[in-house]
Amino acid sequence: MDSAILVSILLSIVSASTPLLLAATGELVTERSGLLNLGVEGMMLVGSVVGFAVTYSTGSALLGVVAAALGGAAMALVFSFLTLTLLANQVATGLALTIFGIGLAAMMGAGFVGHPVPKLPGLHIPGLSELPVVGPLLFGQDALVYFSFLALFGTTWFLFHTHGGLVLRAVGDSHDAAHAIGYPVIRIRYAAALFGGAMSGLAGAYLSLSYTPMWAEDMTAGRGWIALALVVFATWRPGRLLLGAYLFGGITILQFHVQTLGIGVPAQLVSMLPYLATIVVLCIISTDRGRIRLNAPACLGRPFHAAG
Amino acid sequence: MLIKRRSFTKGLGLGLAAGALPLLGRTASASDFKAGYIYVGPIGDHGWSYQHDQGRLAADKALGITSTYVEKVPEGADAERVIRELAETGHGIIFTTSFGFMDPTLKVARDYPEVKFEHATGYKRADNLATYNIRFYEARYIQGVIAGRMSKSGVVGYIGSIPIPEVIMGMNAFILGMRSVNPQGRIKQVFINSWYDPGKEADAAKALLDQGADIIAQHTDSPAPLQVAEERGLKGFGQASDMIKFAPNAQLTSAVDFWDGYYTERTKAAMEGTWQSHDVWGGLKSGMLHMAPYLNMPDDVKQMAMAAEADIRDGKLTIFKGPINAQDGSPKVAAGETLDDGAIAGMDWLAEGVEGDLPN
Repeated sequence: MDSAILVSILLSIVSASTPLLLAATGELVTERSGLLNLGVEGMMLVGSVVGFAVTYSTGSALLGVVAAALGGAAMALVFSFLTLTLLANQVATGLALTIFGIGLAAMMGAGFVGHPVPKLPGLHIPGLSELPVVGPLLFGQDALVYFSFLALFGTTWFLFHTHGGLVLRAVGDSHDAAHAIGYPVIRIRYAAALFGGAMSGLAGAYLSLSYTPMWAEDMTAGRGWIALALVVFATWRPGRLLLGAYLFGGITILQFHVQTLGIGVPAQLVSMLPYLATIVVLCIISTDRGRIRLNAPACLGRPFHAAG
Repeated sequence: MLIKRRSFTKGLGLGLAAGALPLLGRTASASDFKAGYIYVGPIGDHGWSYQHDQGRLAADKALGITSTYVEKVPEGADAERVIRELAETGHGIIFTTSFGFMDPTLKVARDYPEVKFEHATGYKRADNLATYNIRFYEARYIQGVIAGRMSKSGVVGYIGSIPIPEVIMGMNAFILGMRSVNPQGRIKQVFINSWYDPGKEADAAKALLDQGADIIAQHTDSPAPLQVAEERGLKGFGQASDMIKFAPNAQLTSAVDFWDGYYTERTKAAMEGTWQSHDVWGGLKSGMLHMAPYLNMPDDVKQMAMAAEADIRDGKLTIFKGPINAQDGSPKVAAGETLDDGAIAGMDWLAEGVEGDLPN
């Protein structure tokens, strides 16, 4: 295969994987604090419409991206208020957030259908960006792609190498113990949820500003759910999350190549693979209780009542 | 209020499947006659459903009546409820505008003999159920002629939605047009199993271009594939409406559906009591199909495209006329033989030059 085609396929895989990586990184942090937010799809959609609307109206992609993060965070704030302050059921609230987000985004976006915006500009470093193969892959991506890696490495460092990360994990594993020694469980969970919302918003902005630079209803097309599955697939570890996001992204692109090349594998089977892999991982980590305890945050999805 | 309450409960059910509450749009009018329309996509798809809504607005304006539309109706059981609700709430004529609404429309039509039904792109009819469609394949033949001249690699990437005759006849007409100017022309095709999914359409376009295609044709509804062509400095064709805004340097032309006249005429007939069931399949000649301006191509290619358009309109050029070979090279339509409308409408075979199998 000639290298231009290979580079082009790899570029498609990067763009298919980036929104998954962004949203899943945010959700991983949220879940590590013990909060299960199933509203990723809704937060992504709100992020994508807000990002598009602001970029279209102001002409500034930077403002659009910032607004998208704020839009996603605003949705997460609604979720946190309902589940942390009013102690509503997390699963039901998360599902409601998705349905609400789909409708809200469609309503907000009604006036923005049928308009194009310029695609997010790619990095251009004279000399480096023109290099064969590595040039376009490493030095020609847009800001959100670099940010997705930065956020992932930042998250890894924060969770496992800082005091703050230790506290966040402690809250996720035993909120009563964390509370007993004086950590503000609710406030920490609010912060984790807002981070998750902002990352989902950015994932949405990537879709409406870079992947397909336009606004269309339901344009996330289930990617929020894939991000949720990815967190489980990665067993709540950032390193595996990176692997998973690129595996899932790679498979979405390869299913079309499988179709055109006429290899005797049904395309439907290929597109099922990410979900099959998630189920297999779920089965493996559920085989004994010890393993589950090692991986999933112990307080995931459990409401916290401050006793006294 | 009744409509609002009902559509709210329906919306709760649809919410998970369709994604959002379907919006009931209403316009005020002088007459009591009401027309109803249901669309498979959002009217903001800027393609298929958008053009139907343009037709609705034109008919309302011409006749001074009220119409109701429901957008984003999923094909299947939910469609029947929506159609039934329109029939129940006093709509005299109901247009259902996607192939998958066929059986639900027929079912409701049986229960409301006094209401007139019109189903686009289907083949099941009744005394109060007419069908209407556009010969989109005529536009695809012209696109094939253009692609035959414009493609350097001789390979066109074709994004299919669902392998039904409508899509297959378009693909075959395209390759016949292409091979009329470049006998070595080929189509590489991918089916994405959806009418509207911008992300997936863009992914498919990228995969096809990576496989050596240098022109993109699509039978899906969003401008995403054209945006990919624009970004890569290649060419493509729009779908259902003029998408030049999304790809000013890439769109060669687009088939533009034009339902205005048909909706006005049929609604008028229903109001005056002269409506009769029929099967209409209009093409360039009928005015139901237009071609967007031929752009981004040299003058001689443009002349050729315009000549092909004129010949099809005047009936000088018959598209599905033998000799046509099937995909494996075996003769399918003998020399001098012409496929009739029934054979075209039921097309389930790919012509020579189209690569890849049809998904099951």
